[in-house]
Amino acid sequence: MKCRKCGKPASLELRRHNAAFCAPDFLDFFRNQVREAIRKHRMFARDEHVLVAVSGGKDSLALWDVLIDEGYRTTGLYLDLGIFDYSVESKAKCETFAARRGVPLLVTSVAETVGAPVPVIKNVTRRPPCSGCGLSKRYLMNRVALEHEMPVVATGHNLDDEAATLLGSVLHWQTEALSRQSPALPSTHAKLVRRVKPLYRLSERETAAYAFLRRIDYIVEECPFAKGATSIAHKEILSRMEDASPGAKHNFLFGFLEKARPAFERAEAVTLNECARCGQVTTGTVCAFCKLADQVKRATV
Amino acid sequence: MKVILRNPRREVEVAGGRRVKDVLRDLDIIPETVLVIRGEDLVTADQVVHDHETIELRPVMSGGAA
Repeated sequence: MKCRKCGKPASLELRRHNAAFCAPDFLDFFRNQVREAIRKHRMFARDEHVLVAVSGGKDSLALWDVLIDEGYRTTGLYLDLGIFDYSVESKAKCETFAARRGVPLLVTSVAETVGAPVPVIKNVTRRPPCSGCGLSKRYLMNRVALEHEMPVVATGHNLDDEAATLLGSVLHWQTEALSRQSPALPSTHAKLVRRVKPLYRLSERETAAYAFLRRIDYIVEECPFAKGATSIAHKEILSRMEDASPGAKHNFLFGFLEKARPAFERAEAVTLNECARCGQVTTGTVCAFCKLADQVKRATV
Repeated sequence: MKVILRNPRREVEVAGGRRVKDVLRDLDIIPETVLVIRGEDLVTADQVVHDHETIELRPVMSGGAA
């Protein structure tokens, strides 16, 4: 197999693009896709300070790597979930990356802010571990960005993440979730920063290839709580569809974003308030994060 | 040839002198779900891997909370 651009032996085949690339041309392709995502959705401007949420995994570190090389002013945010050795190792990966690239990294502990680490939250809530974890992450990313006066949070969500989320929402016709699914969520309140996903045009395999070829030391092991997660099951189904019909995931997600999403957006308008306890944005009186912290406090004292 | 698998990390011996895509099919692995690593490089599914060589099949799927 030959590189589509230079004709040299290829390192990676991208069946959905009916193309193969050598390592240098693949890295160019990857950066161009990130540039196109940022440009198309006006994710952030050159002079804006971007908070990059990093987990130590391939996606978020690949994203941070590209943004640094593109000359953006970035600060990383690692949320310590307190998930045993997995968190210890993933935090070390982020710290090593930040030190090598000479970029600042903020670390916030879920145990200190919620009152307990994710494994305890999981037992207290008796809901899937990803539920309390995702809620805490979204809340803390926004809060930390506000505290440091950064207007935008960038996350490493890729095409597979977005297609799997879309499949989950469609299977249950969660219209509110469908209205919110976007590569770029604007700030709709003074206390809500923009949330953007500059890797949404790139598959999980492409972000893994970028991280490998750039020699980024990322955590390959999965989160111990991800096993059995519904989102993983959806990804497996989508991967089988992709194998049978290259481009299926891309068409599913991009078709939704271009053709279907506007209809859901119009249908779902919500009123935003400030949480009576913490002042962060909520649709109710007390936000879900404060309710979770209360639940943890009641169960652990 | 030696094949390194992850999550959990383990090694299996399979017959070499075949294309990567044939090895993946034998192991029931969807090509889209792994990077195929040989030394410091990635290899495409049409390349032949020989008996004395080692490849790593590194899963690319991650997940859980968004």
